[in-house]
Amino acid sequence: MSAWLTETWPWYVAGPIIGLFVPALLLAGNKVFGISSNLRHLCSAFAPWKLEYFRYDWKNAGLWNLVFLSGVLAGGSLAAHVGTPHDIAISPATKAALTQVGLHNLSGVAPHEIFSWHAVFTLRGFVSIVLGGFLVGFGTAYAGGCTSGHAISGLANFELPSLIAVLGFFAGGLAATYFILPHLF
Amino acid sequence: MTAKPHPEIETAGEQDGKLVSLLVYLSLGIAFGIVLTRSEVLSWFRIQEMFRFQSFRMYGIIGSAIATAAASVALIKKLALKSASGEAISIPRKTLGSGVRYAVGGTIFGLGWALTGACPGPLFALVGNGVSVMILAILSALLGTWVYGLLQPQLPH
Repeated sequence: MSAWLTETWPWYVAGPIIGLFVPALLLAGNKVFGISSNLRHLCSAFAPWKLEYFRYDWKNAGLWNLVFLSGVLAGGSLAAHVGTPHDIAISPATKAALTQVGLHNLSGVAPHEIFSWHAVFTLRGFVSIVLGGFLVGFGTAYAGGCTSGHAISGLANFELPSLIAVLGFFAGGLAATYFILPHLF
Repeated sequence: MTAKPHPEIETAGEQDGKLVSLLVYLSLGIAFGIVLTRSEVLSWFRIQEMFRFQSFRMYGIIGSAIATAAASVALIKKLALKSASGEAISIPRKTLGSGVRYAVGGTIFGLGWALTGACPGPLFALVGNGVSVMILAILSALLGTWVYGLLQPQLPH
């Protein structure tokens, strides 16, 4: 297996490839790259409950995106199977900061001390997984997009709403990193 | 326009076209899952490194992704390219309104992004990577979106 399929990519390879998904989807079928709409499509398909927000033809609007999303899961699995297992090579400063917060094990793509089934019943697991997931779903629906829809598609199209949303992403992310995470350990 | 001579054949052709385009989206999705994994942007550790401003990596990735996408979109507009399905390509512009939804919704998502260490795409790629507990985060995200749908009429936008 060639190295580029199994090893971590440098930022200047990864970034432009991610950016190319915008024109690829536009050229494939005039589709706008944005992942979080899928959460809405899934609610619309399974629990619309006569709510206005979920009353639309989800198949027509979002089947392509749900198919894309199932590919993301499969692609993640494929990449994990052919990849060289390794720890994420974060900077020494981040390692020190996380150790100071209270993490002991910095291996894997996500820390086992937070992201495992038995950690769900601890404060840090519940807040990170259950509350964090809820905020991702609520926030992206309220903001009308996530990193792909606002930060990449929106900013690439020079849209002010997306700039406001991205500033919000960072405000929230910094608040969680500095004011919530230290209290979970 | 004259009537289509063989409607049943046309329909079969359209069905095939739909299936082919869904296979294209599936392939692009698989490619995106591979990219999220190889770039490590699905990693909680990388997100922490970014929010602590301790590495250029994530900023380089997001910045060069935006630059590449912006250049591609500009080129598509300049050449007035059509999609493979023959449609004129257009990106619907978002309405600003009061801007509250973007500022508040964006901040709420940001909190969740740092806590889970993942945005929606990576949540699914992480399940593929074997972090199965992220299924719970996805279910919780669905609940969050559903609650937004419930509260939408009362929220400022």
